[in-house]
Amino acid sequence: MIEFSAVTKRYPGGYEALKSVNLTIADGDLLFITGHSGAGKSTLLKLLPVIERATSGSVIVNGQNVSAMRPAAIPYLRRNIGQIFQDQKLLYDRSVFDNVMLPLSVTGVPFKDGAKRARAALDKVGLLTREKANPIALSGGEQQRLAIARAIVNRPSIIIADEPTSNLDADYAAEIIDLFVAFHQVGVTLVIATHDESAVSRAAARATVRSVQLRSGELVA
Amino acid sequence: MKAWLTLHWMAFLGTVAKLAVTPFATLLNVLVIGVALALPAGAYTLLVNLQQAVRNVSSDPEFSAFLALDVKKDEVADLDRRLRALPGVARVEFRSREAALAEFRQHPSMGDVIAALDKNPLPDAFIVRLTDTNAEDLDRLAEKVRGWANVEHVQVDSAWVRRVAAAVGLGRVAVLILAGLLSVALLAVTFNTIRLQILTQREEIAVSKLLGATNGTIRRPFYYFGALLGVLGGGAALGIVYGAFYLLNHSVAQFAALYASDFRLGALPPEDMASILGFAAALGLAGAWLSVSQHLREFEPR
Ligand SMILES: Nc1ncnc2c1ncn2[C@@H]1O[C@H](COP(=O)(O)OP(=O)(O)O)[C@@H](O)[C@H]1O
Ligand SMILES: [Mg+2]
Repeated sequence: MIEFSAVTKRYPGGYEALKSVNLTIADGDLLFITGHSGAGKSTLLKLLPVIERATSGSVIVNGQNVSAMRPAAIPYLRRNIGQIFQDQKLLYDRSVFDNVMLPLSVTGVPFKDGAKRARAALDKVGLLTREKANPIALSGGEQQRLAIARAIVNRPSIIIADEPTSNLDADYAAEIIDLFVAFHQVGVTLVIATHDESAVSRAAARATVRSVQLRSGELVA
Repeated sequence: MKAWLTLHWMAFLGTVAKLAVTPFATLLNVLVIGVALALPAGAYTLLVNLQQAVRNVSSDPEFSAFLALDVKKDEVADLDRRLRALPGVARVEFRSREAALAEFRQHPSMGDVIAALDKNPLPDAFIVRLTDTNAEDLDRLAEKVRGWANVEHVQVDSAWVRRVAAAVGLGRVAVLILAGLLSVALLAVTFNTIRLQILTQREEIAVSKLLGATNGTIRRPFYYFGALLGVLGGGAALGIVYGAFYLLNHSVAQFAALYASDFRLGALPPEDMASILGFAAALGLAGAWLSVSQHLREFEPR
């Protein structure tokens, strides 16, 4: 379970990106956070893996107040949260396969076990045949699927995705949403920030989704 | 435990791979460190050789007391007793002037000279040997005996040995200073090399941290890198010293032959070589640690 209680985030410089946000996300929820650009969606997501810390209030993830977590514990939290970044953060100096291996190799999973899991993740997103390619050679939709494969390779119980369908053609966007619905169906908690209404409605047509809206840092619905 | 070993093994393999993909830069770095370390290592090896040489030629600690020419027999006996009573004296040997003269006569080139003299110019002498090699004791005793009546002259035979020993001591300090200064250079080389690496890998580091890498995991490859660079540099230094001594030994052999010696410059004992390699590794590690601590700060969560 994830619980935001009276969360305020003030960036250095004084800008309040989140204002006293209260939000509870149950295990297995498929939650969309919508809102205009600058509303605070990305900020809200970044609080979960402690890329940013809340200025006040608490962010509870599986019983732990992560905004007060000591730095040494943060890596272990992050291993249980699959992250799909808005700018994807793929590494273009290595193959598709090595990109998916990265979360495993940094946690000391032996190569053979890791390779099996990496291929399973690539298979799930339909990229198994491209494992030797460089990410730069992939289409936009394929790159996003690679980012998803990397996010799920540690079999996290929570997946967060920041604008996963932006800059994608409708067909590619639909594939991505269908993948998320599939993860939802096996019990993963998903928190997806998007300003793409069609993405939300496609998911809603296939599963029970929750949707909340941010406006200028405040939760409105 | 297994994950920990895997992480170390992968960090090590990654480091070797990193060194191997940029062979030219690696070679240059290793050479810079090697040359910097070769100077103190070479100087140290020379000192060890010098000490060895001195130890070989220096006899037991002894001094000779030459007596006045007009000394009486009972005065000689008295001196003999007093010398034996001195603290730390192991053996007192009397060499009479007659015996000395006879010895000189044996000498082919001296025989004629001695024959030309109408009386024996050689004095009686005592050769006093001490129990230990303590230079100060030797000097103190020699000084004391020098003040005695009927003692004309006291000669400490191993004075030059002590002079060399003092010079070696000075040399040691010089080597230490040199090593200290060049260690700073080595530190700077690893520091900077790793700074550049962190810069070129900043994306990988940032992403790895986002994906749950601990600081230890991020730092480890750089530590290996620094230590390995140090070891390779230390090895290069030993190689340079070995090569230089190999070339020098030809001249040393000729020079030594003039003194009827078969002295050669030798390699360092293995434990000294190991210390130099260990020292280089420690320096590389320290450089890496400094660099990593400085430059990984920006990746810390806010
Ligand atoms: N690191 C930062 N420093 C200062 N201001 C920031 C920072 N990140 C975001 N902001 C500001 O916070 C507000 C919310 O940003 P963000 O959470 O990215 O919104 P969204 O994802 O909904 O577009 C914006 O006005 C943005 O300019
Ligand atoms: Mg955003």
